[in-house]
Amino acid sequence: MSILVDRSTRLVVQGITGREGAFHAGQMQAYGTNVVAGVTPGKGGQSALDGSVPVFDTCADAVRETGANTSVIYVPPAGAPDAILEAVGAGIRTVFCITEHIPALEMMKVVAEVDRLGARLVGPNCPGATSPGKAKVGIIPGSIHLPGRVGLVSRSGTLTYEVVQAMTDAGIGQSTCVGIGGDPIAGSSFIDILSLFRDDPETEAIVLMGEIGGDAEERAAAWKQEHLPKTPMVAFIAGRTAPPGRRMGHAGAIISGSGGTAQSKIAALEAAGIRVADSPTQIPALLREAGVRPS
Amino acid sequence: MKLQEYHAKTLLARAGLPVPEWAVASSPGEARLQAETFLARGAGKVVIKAQVLVGGRGKAGGVKLAASGAEAERVAGAILGMDIKGIVVRRVLVAPAAEIEREIYLAAVLDRTERKILLMGSAEGGVEIETLAEERPDAIVRIHAHPHLGLLDWQARKLAFALGLGDHLKAAVAIAQGLQRVMVENDADLVEVNPLALVRETGPDGTPVLTLQCLDAKVTIDDSALSRHPGLEAMRDLDEEDPIDIEARRLGLSFIRLEGSIGCMVNGAGLAMTTMDLVKRAGGSPANFLDIGGGARSEKVANAMRLILAEPSVKAILVNIFGGIARGDEVARGLVEARSQQTRDVPMVVRIVGTNADLAAGILADAGGGIRTAQSLDEAVEMAVAIARSAEA
Repeated sequence: MSILVDRSTRLVVQGITGREGAFHAGQMQAYGTNVVAGVTPGKGGQSALDGSVPVFDTCADAVRETGANTSVIYVPPAGAPDAILEAVGAGIRTVFCITEHIPALEMMKVVAEVDRLGARLVGPNCPGATSPGKAKVGIIPGSIHLPGRVGLVSRSGTLTYEVVQAMTDAGIGQSTCVGIGGDPIAGSSFIDILSLFRDDPETEAIVLMGEIGGDAEERAAAWKQEHLPKTPMVAFIAGRTAPPGRRMGHAGAIISGSGGTAQSKIAALEAAGIRVADSPTQIPALLREAGVRPS
Repeated sequence: MKLQEYHAKTLLARAGLPVPEWAVASSPGEARLQAETFLARGAGKVVIKAQVLVGGRGKAGGVKLAASGAEAERVAGAILGMDIKGIVVRRVLVAPAAEIEREIYLAAVLDRTERKILLMGSAEGGVEIETLAEERPDAIVRIHAHPHLGLLDWQARKLAFALGLGDHLKAAVAIAQGLQRVMVENDADLVEVNPLALVRETGPDGTPVLTLQCLDAKVTIDDSALSRHPGLEAMRDLDEEDPIDIEARRLGLSFIRLEGSIGCMVNGAGLAMTTMDLVKRAGGSPANFLDIGGGARSEKVANAMRLILAEPSVKAILVNIFGGIARGDEVARGLVEARSQQTRDVPMVVRIVGTNADLAAGILADAGGGIRTAQSLDEAVEMAVAIARSAEA
């Protein structure tokens, strides 16, 4: 098994006729993801990816005609909140939003509606998720993965690639890698993803990649101690040397007042029995010490 | 983006909240005229407040009272030009001094965990809310506004009663709902009134009355929303920004200047922070945080390199790119372009992996001297730290 995306994923790409949407739809299809539809209002009836994927005007049409059950959004920030609501309104249960720079209060309204409809949103401003050998949804390069039994959840994009590459190089495969994004208001939290990993018999160990800002890592540490006491877990926190009061690129990565520091997060993780790496490249070794065998 | 107090007060007043009248002066003479106007209208004293975006201006001597025009001129003269935490005061706010009966703290903030707007209040105003939150969390009242319906009447009443404002219910409800509205209408992350005060005034019949007034205001706007609020973007105080920050924003780069000697260029915020952390761990010091973002073209890379080189303390440059959306060959071309225009010979360590890394390697090999390449992140960091160290020795 795996979480969020797998061989049963029937993916609709919202914004498939745009530059990013077209490129990544092709990458996802090449990886083996079942891309069943694209949506671009006004371009219904056309096709994408060399005629292999039909384009629809609305998500509802895409769901009705192709049975799409998952959506990924490559729509500019002004239209992305509406794209999320259109997807969940069409009955899609799992939505990934790659778009960054969506205003936080706009997302506040969107996540409330997504929750009300019982759907799951990952992102915005996230790289998506890959279940190696099964499906990838988003922008994570497919080539860095190796199928295996370690789940990874991260607030970052390229830092995730770095760790996945290091794990793969060390022969440690992944069950699913999920980027939840670096924005202050996110569809899915660390805990949401950790609870999916808890229920996945194929995930034996977990890597958590956090960063400064907010208290999501502290909460994740407390949750792990209570709900996943026996699962080996390794973490990394980016931003140990970040100056307070400055946003470090991600809208959510800011040390404010006494809160959100790397030190507080590392202390909370270690208190919950989670080993915290000093460098992303140490993660494979810490996983091996925690009993994870190469795939 | 933080707003100056006088801009924050403008937003509150525009939303109908009770803010005592104020004026802004950039010279002592101007402050004198404004003070004289307020005094002539019956104010006993005026307050003169430094307009800076850093905290602690009161402790630094940036807030003073004056009882006459001449005194206002003298006080404003002392505050204007004052250095508060590295920021030179260029403007002061002048307002009638309030006779405060009681101070209250009230703010609307974005609660990331609950994913709602949180109204936070304390019956004790004028305090450092973070200190209070740590020492006596029970002294803070918290109510989450509904994400679609806003702060409901009963929620605002509950807040007002908890803050001991039962005798001023209507005014308190209007203020609490007003803060939530200011937050939503302006895409703010924070709208803070500290203090919200019960102020003693004389009523029309000569008897004393107490009214609730917003005596200070702090507003921070969500950077991701500024493009849809051109009026707020115009409130940006360029005088208080580092010129390099202004330039970075113009170029669409996420850049933060630090003190060190190793210039860093990375794609992705998390990886950029990590690269800085590893430089520090290896005994070096990063000169900056720089995320060139996803899909950066060669021109953007060249611009980023110029920003890094503008800092004379930079002795080595570390480029760390994990290609995904970003393509290694685009970055390499940008580096070579920047190299050809470079006036200063600073050694560069380049690590490019991921999408089109092989093409990047070819471009860098053809470019020749001055560019060293590395495969792993740890190796790249060590090389950059060693170069910087020998340059400083």
